[in-house]
Amino acid sequence: MLGALIIVFREVIEAGLIVGIVMAVTKGIAGSRLLVALGVVAGLIGASLVAAFAGALGEALQGIGQEVFNASILMIAVVMLTWHNVWMAKHGRELANEVRLVGDAVRTGSRSITALGVVVAVAVMREGSEVALFLYGLVASANSTSRELIEGSLIGLALGCAVTAVTYLGLVTIPTKRLFTVTTVLITFLAAGLAAQAVLFLQQAGVVTALGQTAWDTSGILSDTSLFGRVLHTLIGYADQPSVLQVVVYAIVVTTIFALSKAFAPKAPAMRTRKPATAG
Amino acid sequence: MKASILLAALAALAISSAPSLAADATLVKVSLKDHHFVPAEPTAPAGKPITIEVTNQDTTPSEFESKTLRVEKVVPGGGKITLQIRALTPGRYRFFDDYHEDTTEGFLVIQ
Repeated sequence: MLGALIIVFREVIEAGLIVGIVMAVTKGIAGSRLLVALGVVAGLIGASLVAAFAGALGEALQGIGQEVFNASILMIAVVMLTWHNVWMAKHGRELANEVRLVGDAVRTGSRSITALGVVVAVAVMREGSEVALFLYGLVASANSTSRELIEGSLIGLALGCAVTAVTYLGLVTIPTKRLFTVTTVLITFLAAGLAAQAVLFLQQAGVVTALGQTAWDTSGILSDTSLFGRVLHTLIGYADQPSVLQVVVYAIVVTTIFALSKAFAPKAPAMRTRKPATAG
Repeated sequence: MKASILLAALAALAISSAPSLAADATLVKVSLKDHHFVPAEPTAPAGKPITIEVTNQDTTPSEFESKTLRVEKVVPGGGKITLQIRALTPGRYRFFDDYHEDTTEGFLVIQ
């Protein structure tokens, strides 16, 4: 039972963390709760479909359908997260200072949170499909220990939801103004980590073969399959034996998001000094 | 605009996604039977890319995974998958079924 609990919990940690972060990021924005819920539901439906058609997916594209699919949805998440951060760089200040007053910002904002809804769906779909396949295996083998295993799985799932709650509650204790900075950094590293995972899939499919050598091996210090390693894996993309290409792509994504955010950020001092002057 | 960039990227990915099997890759075949790898310790030469073919003879799905080989792929019940591995240095590389890690493991022995 403990084995099943651990397997399921390990799979849902990533989705749990991401949902928690998105909930904190979109806190207070009209319609955001519904969006997260829709993201989860869409993710669960997607996960069931992926699990049900795992065979067909695996055989697609001459046997590398699984990898191309995984890499593609991960890259969609990376693009969505990048977009969100750039949007926040552009409008975050208005949103923090005069929440929901700027009609245009809110409208664009709702599009930006839609992007985060997609990220939720992708996270739930990816992890959910593996849990679904695992559970299917348990039910199909239907021996005397199956019941215990299913109970373990359900507890694992519940613990995953607890991760969401802890992440969310932890983040919302941060004062709103600081929260924007924290979540921007979180999302930047999250996106870079997901991009590095996408690289992994393309490498195992043989689509990309360059820079395949191992960049470092810190599995002796902190295994990325340990609980803490797993959390770091999701949050900042920590891997104990990454390929050189993964490290390169990681660096490129962090740099790109940073550069884009800088490029799209309004000339802040000029806009802000006017306000106190008129107010006072 | 974002969407079109994304679509272009995906299209490029799809086009470039035909498996580029290295001509000199060593083929290693492994089967899953009653949640055990057969053979449990396949061998392959060092310094050459490797293609691993995993056939699942069980009816339940497995996930072939290896930290050191850096792969992770679902093998449906009764299904078959292939994985591309970079050229390796001599050693023992552990792989396992992520769904039954405690009972289902093997080693790729590179000589």
